[in-house]
Amino acid sequence: MELPKMKGLFGRSRALEVEIDHFHDKLSQSAVIFKTALAAYLKAGATEGFIERQQHLNALETEGDKLRRSIETKLYAETLIPESRGDVLGLLEASDEVHGALQGALWGFAIELPDIPEEFCEEFMELGDMAVMTVESLVLASRAFFRNIEAVLDHNHKVEFYETEADKISSKLKMAIFRSDLDLAHKLHLRTFVERIDEIADKAEDVADHLNIYAIKRSI
Amino acid sequence: MEIAVLFFLSSGLFLGWALGANDAANVFGTAVGTRMVKFGTAALICSIFVILGATISGAGAAHTLGKLGAVNALGGSFMAAFSAAAAVYAMTKVGIPVSTSQAIVGSIIGWNLYSENVTDTNALIKIVTTWFVCPVLAAVLGASLYKLTHVVLGFAKLHLLRLDAYTRIGLVLAGAFGSYSLGANNIANVMGVFVPSSPFTEFRFMDLVTLSSVQQLFLLGAIAIAVGVFTYSKRVMLTVGGGLMPLSAVGAWVVVVSHSIVLFLFASVGLESILASNGLPTIPLVPVSSSQAVIGAVIGIGLLKGGRGIRWNVLGGIFTGWMITPIISALICFVGLYFLQNVFDQKVYQPVSFEMSEMVIERLDQEKISRAHFVDLTGQRYDSGRALMQAVGRQTSLSSKEEGKVLDFARISPLTISIDKIEHLDTEWFSGPQIQALKELSGRSYRYNWRLADALSKQSEAWKLKPKITANKLYNKGVSQRLEGLYRKFKD
Repeated sequence: MELPKMKGLFGRSRALEVEIDHFHDKLSQSAVIFKTALAAYLKAGATEGFIERQQHLNALETEGDKLRRSIETKLYAETLIPESRGDVLGLLEASDEVHGALQGALWGFAIELPDIPEEFCEEFMELGDMAVMTVESLVLASRAFFRNIEAVLDHNHKVEFYETEADKISSKLKMAIFRSDLDLAHKLHLRTFVERIDEIADKAEDVADHLNIYAIKRSI
Repeated sequence: MEIAVLFFLSSGLFLGWALGANDAANVFGTAVGTRMVKFGTAALICSIFVILGATISGAGAAHTLGKLGAVNALGGSFMAAFSAAAAVYAMTKVGIPVSTSQAIVGSIIGWNLYSENVTDTNALIKIVTTWFVCPVLAAVLGASLYKLTHVVLGFAKLHLLRLDAYTRIGLVLAGAFGSYSLGANNIANVMGVFVPSSPFTEFRFMDLVTLSSVQQLFLLGAIAIAVGVFTYSKRVMLTVGGGLMPLSAVGAWVVVVSHSIVLFLFASVGLESILASNGLPTIPLVPVSSSQAVIGAVIGIGLLKGGRGIRWNVLGGIFTGWMITPIISALICFVGLYFLQNVFDQKVYQPVSFEMSEMVIERLDQEKISRAHFVDLTGQRYDSGRALMQAVGRQTSLSSKEEGKVLDFARISPLTISIDKIEHLDTEWFSGPQIQALKELSGRSYRYNWRLADALSKQSEAWKLKPKITANKLYNKGVSQRLEGLYRKFKD
């Protein structure tokens, strides 16, 4: 009597699994694009290549938003994973903020066109790399939350490590900026960008903190 | 059927309803409480499988309960079921977890006390021991199954959503198995006391389905349980969810499966036959408490995780329930029987007389209970089992097994083998040689049950008991059950 219903249950689950995977894909792609966009900007400023990448990231963020809404609606409308759906909802929304931080940082470069002296370029790139690695580890942790709960802690550990590294680089960079001969307005402008990139790592760490709790809850 | 019969059965139906309202929550509580399974689906599956379990395999556990004390008048059965239901209701109101098994055992003892019947100590010890074994077994099963599930899930690495889908199906299947086991094991609590005084006769439907009088009784009780599930269990299910310890859906599944296996072990005649035919010790078929099985399984999982999160006061509650429930139930039954007999003028038991005739003493001597014990009792008659035991007690001291034998052999139970009653015997249950042997005895009368048994075993091999070893246990049980069927059928 339950056969068609059971098939429906598995069908619905599979469709949602695919959507969740796509959501993660978008975030991970955005991180990689952020990295190449930042490299392009540091090399030659807001060139066509940079703008193209920035728009690509915007599009990915919009798609991620759509997927997130669709997943959330399905989870609640079809009463799937009743115990964990609150956590999944929290996870998706917090991940979306990381996506937002990536997008926001690139928008900042595109609108404000900061003038980054060559002596700081290398460290800006290092900071960007570290932030991207934080996001990539977070995506792995978040995927593990759905498939392999025990691996969550391993990936989260890396998120925390990269975030601390990013903090160190950002402090060092800010110190170097304020000790340089630039005028104050320029210094303050550069500081904003250091903080925007560092914020990506901070947001990713926030999500990882939540994930730790969700993972403990699920192991009970 | 007479209205009076229905009235007397009503207390059993009340008890069935209470069982359905409370114990269905043990099977489907966590599933419905966590909204993994809809209440409607749970109630439907639960009802169907409780009815199947009760009707198909309910007889095993009922047999043991019958041994404890055969309530032999409908009025007595009414009061036994009523006092059990009242005790369960009262204790639930106070908030102490109780079980219908304990309540009904208490009220049977209450009836035994009132009717001056002797409680079979062996059956009582067997039942009480299983009450202790049941939660421990559930705890061991729960912990092992939890560990196993953990390992399997670790390997399988299922997606959260896939796991959710499997868990839902798992909960429904485990719930169905749990309901079947609940019906098979606990129907004895609801309808067991009515078995010796069952008002039904065998029912055949187009030669396809045959329901014995006991099966009809169980069907009726199971329907009452189903009504309890539909009308009242939703509230209990929603509150039972996180009652003992917070559990994940997979944890809930482990609990339901362990609970169901335990109930099934204590009710399955099939398993008993497999064990016995391989010469292994069998598990006694006894009605156990489904609440305690669930609590046991949860505690087992809790201990596996180092004992954090277990509410130990719940354990205290169970022990209090164990002590108080049977006592309250026995008291209500005793007082209730007094009123039913003296105020409402109802027959609450059929007096049974005992006699230490020369024939009985001779037979006991063959059973290695020396005639020297009974010299002064020869020819004495007693109006109750208790009077006989007191008289025997003044002469000598016997073990509880020997006391049981004295009671069995000295009970006066006149019967006559009439040919028309032989014609009505179930030919599928009794073998050809068995019926042939009976026919040869037609027209004869016996003063004691065992006289018929002895006469039959002299007539035919088919009625002979085999030596008492485990491998023969089942065969002997079958012969004994058929003999008891004859005692009921040919009673004067």
